[in-house]
Amino acid sequence: MADFFYNTAVGIVILTFLQALALLVPLLIGVAYLTLAERKVLAAIQIRKGPNVVGPFGLLQPFADALKMLMKETIIPSGANRILFLLAPMLTFMLAMLAWAVIPVNDGWAIADINVGILYLFAISSLGVYGIIIAGWASNSKYAFLGALRSAAQMVSYEVSMGFVLVTVLLCVGSLNLTDVVRAQQTVWFCIPLFPMFIVFFISTLAETNRSPFDIPEGESEIVAGFFVEYSAMAFALFFLGEYANMILMSGMTTILFLGGWLGPFGILPQLGVLWFVLKICLCLFFFLWIRGTMPRYRYDQLMRLGWKVFLPLSLGWLVLTAGALMAFGWLPNV
Amino acid sequence: MITLTLFYLFSAVLVVSAAMVVSSRNPVHAVLFLILAFFNASALFLVAGAEFLAMILVIVYVGAVAVLFLFVVMMLDVDFDELRSGFQRYLPIGAAVGAVLFVELLIVFGGWKLAPDAVRFHASPTPAGVSNTEAIGMLMYTDYILLFQLAGLVLLVAMVGAIVLTLRDRKTSRHQDISVQTSRRVDETLAMVSVPLGASVTESGGFLRPIVEEPEELVGHDDHGGHGHGHDNHGHH
Repeated sequence: MADFFYNTAVGIVILTFLQALALLVPLLIGVAYLTLAERKVLAAIQIRKGPNVVGPFGLLQPFADALKMLMKETIIPSGANRILFLLAPMLTFMLAMLAWAVIPVNDGWAIADINVGILYLFAISSLGVYGIIIAGWASNSKYAFLGALRSAAQMVSYEVSMGFVLVTVLLCVGSLNLTDVVRAQQTVWFCIPLFPMFIVFFISTLAETNRSPFDIPEGESEIVAGFFVEYSAMAFALFFLGEYANMILMSGMTTILFLGGWLGPFGILPQLGVLWFVLKICLCLFFFLWIRGTMPRYRYDQLMRLGWKVFLPLSLGWLVLTAGALMAFGWLPNV
Repeated sequence: MITLTLFYLFSAVLVVSAAMVVSSRNPVHAVLFLILAFFNASALFLVAGAEFLAMILVIVYVGAVAVLFLFVVMMLDVDFDELRSGFQRYLPIGAAVGAVLFVELLIVFGGWKLAPDAVRFHASPTPAGVSNTEAIGMLMYTDYILLFQLAGLVLLVAMVGAIVLTLRDRKTSRHQDISVQTSRRVDETLAMVSVPLGASVTESGGFLRPIVEEPEELVGHDDHGGHGHGHDNHGHH
């Protein structure tokens, strides 16, 4: 049986399919409950109760929402470019799922443990902007178009400093493999020696996922709902799911790069690998929601200033500093 | 077998999408086909075992260059009839340039000689025991460091040139100056006034307004309305 799964072409395909299913089903359930968690956390911040009617403690609310979305009619505006209009939400959702292929949830538990895992993640996350641009253009609506333009400028800007942060981390690791990145944090998690980079990376992930306080692509008070203003029903739901899956993905990236992935704090309980990983992701996600509940939205020029005039010099400087320190003290890996 | 199938699949899609780039009417569709072509080229790199190049191709071309392309093309207001009207007039020039380029290519490929050892290196992307990324790193940063630095210098010059061409203080917009905002002191913004009981505002000295410097006139901005930041200090006595 093991021979069939590992050594025949059909077996490998079936095995990969099952692995993908085992990862994506919990992920989608996680996405569903993240939407509930967001409403509950925001409600707690604003001293309300939040959804509490559907099921015990409102636990079935996400499924009620999903059913509602499924039952509604998908409306395609008459001036829209039909193919691209429908392609955009699928693209967004697909990319959010695709990136999970290389995420190691435990030692050796990655579907594809490839050598260039960091670059793969970076590539996939930089593609996310296409879903938004295409949606904005294909909708043939000025609000959607404005949202798309804002989002394109924003995501490209923050990617640059994110790239430098990634380079800093992989200087300390000496490998582009995500499993190696986590293993290199056995002694100390990178969030301690690279603390400023950790902060820069976290804020950049907020901008990359278009979350508050950088949610100007949606900016409901200025441009209605931005790029997805023309979307309804399942097409809208795909955008929605994609955004939340991206949040989980970015939290996973933060966890792997800075918070030691599946490693327990101080090396305790290494048996709980997956649980530690999930717990750290939940912590990051809580910060996402907390920030949404407390921060006002950035103005567009402030956002650009932060990206190009603050984060870019800071991350570049820290990169040079890290390289210098590693060289001076002989800490460079793989030498 | 699988590799070969994948190679032909990606190559076929690559060629078709490249043809669609030049033949599609809608410029946005053309850019999207260009992105598809980039993707398939990257997949071909993967088939050849050059994983680092594949990822870099996606990050640089698809993730950055093509976004800017799309950005510009989406905002173009192209009139297709006007575009096609000049076709016959420019046909001879275009054909001549194309022919010259084609002949040049023929000359180059006619005189092309493969080094005798080069055949051995076909589709052997890395030396044994070294990963793809490390092999490229060794080549670029150790063996060809001078060329690499020179290329960086050329890019730097191009970047400086682009900034010099576009960065002008055109005085058409006002910017937020964070240092001015944060260096403001309390005694510049707040004043304690002792107001007699029952006195009106005008009796007790009039409205106090912040002292704001009159901003420079905006060039090419003829407004008749009294809006703007400098308006408040008209009431200052």
